[in-house]
Amino acid sequence: MNFSWIFSYWPLLAAGAVQTVLLLVISVGFGFILAIGLALAQVSGPRWLKWLTRGYCTCLRGTPLLIQLWLLYYGVGSLLPLVPGLRGSFLWPIVREGFFFAALSFTLNYAAYEAEVLRGALLAVPKGELEAGRSFGMSSWTLLRRIWLPRAVRIALPTIAGEVVLQLKATPLAFTVTVMDLYAVAYKVRQDTLLVYEPLMVVTVFYVLLTLLITRAFKLVEAQVPARR
Amino acid sequence: MTRLAPPALLVDDVHKSYGIHEVLKGISLSAAKGDVISLIGSSGSGKSTFLRCINFLEIPDRGRFVFNGEDVLLKSGQGGRAYPASWRQIERIRTGLAMVFQSFNLWPHMTVLENVIEAPVYVQKMNRKEAIERAEGLLAKVGLYEKRHVYPAFMSGGQQQRASIARALCVDPAVMLLDEPTSALDPELVGEVLKVIRDLAEEGRTMLLVTHEMKFARDVSNHVMFLHQGRVEEEGPPAQVFGAPISARCREFTGALDN
Repeated sequence: MNFSWIFSYWPLLAAGAVQTVLLLVISVGFGFILAIGLALAQVSGPRWLKWLTRGYCTCLRGTPLLIQLWLLYYGVGSLLPLVPGLRGSFLWPIVREGFFFAALSFTLNYAAYEAEVLRGALLAVPKGELEAGRSFGMSSWTLLRRIWLPRAVRIALPTIAGEVVLQLKATPLAFTVTVMDLYAVAYKVRQDTLLVYEPLMVVTVFYVLLTLLITRAFKLVEAQVPARR
Repeated sequence: MTRLAPPALLVDDVHKSYGIHEVLKGISLSAAKGDVISLIGSSGSGKSTFLRCINFLEIPDRGRFVFNGEDVLLKSGQGGRAYPASWRQIERIRTGLAMVFQSFNLWPHMTVLENVIEAPVYVQKMNRKEAIERAEGLLAKVGLYEKRHVYPAFMSGGQQQRASIARALCVDPAVMLLDEPTSALDPELVGEVLKVIRDLAEEGRTMLLVTHEMKFARDVSNHVMFLHQGRVEEEGPPAQVFGAPISARCREFTGALDN
């Protein structure tokens, strides 16, 4: 076993870890916000919106993430330069990067999964608690913000924690669109040093640590409201 | 002759159907300030549905609702049924009709104190400090001051129901709607909740009370309505409804429950 390469590659490893965490945080953060909208549309939207959002969720959950990523990167990505004015705009340095497409497709995909989880959780909030809110004169918005959503998210927390870990493990796909994430760094080290196992072992440790961090964070959030078991 | 103040709540000719099953066949009620009106009757008589129509948790098919002299605006919706013309108005009126539920329906992600200040702060836009002061006073009144930072899941049914009464009181409602407040409680916990409600009645709170506690209804209310199959079968002062009912059904019901 040879780990001497770590000394020369640690800045790259750290940068890779940052890319991985960034991809995770962006896709989970924006994906969650999008998921709230998708879930609400499915639970209480008009019929056409229900069908539309259900179709979205089915398509994005029903196709490989790698294909979604490539469709965006090679498909939409090749069309973007045709948008008038985009090349000269301040957005161009962002949207020409593989990172942008990775973050975008992970966000869209995560939102589809999370929307299903939230949809179930929204329906699982006891009707009486919502009626109590209404009976005190809460508007739909106040009810959603103060009672419905907070309750649903708490019901869904254990599932969400699992989904975030799954999302972490999907991030190496970004490597296929030129993002230098943890996995891409391992790949580079393997090519440079011709070591087969060691770089993979090192990034494995990173992923495990990140997973531990995520599960601990969710445990803390769950403990905010003590439950009687 | 003295001018009469408008009744706190006037409800006229309420109808409600689920499909072809007509649950309410024209029920009217008038509550003056300080009235305690008990609604009694067997399961399925429509008393809970009637109460829930008053704050529009169920939307009645037909009827007139006047709250503190203000008419609830209704428009004609699907199939000629009534539909609130303005949900804003309904929301505003609901705040003045705080409800206590059979199954408490406290919000489990908030402590008792947070439950009690929720509507004052987020609906009535009361200053948070003021709301907390008010809530603490009310929690002391229902004997839960020490429990104010506890989550509902850690309390007994009786404590939860007392907390939910404090929650209703904190919005200072003109009329309180109590929907079988003791029906979900273990027998030994019923007393503590009834005591709180009795105190409220003695203070002159206007209340509509759906209940199966006949003795309590007789003691605490000044008007009793006996509902049967969606109609008011008998109503009047408790002495009449429980002592000398005209309707045979009412006699049977009150007699059967008293013994």
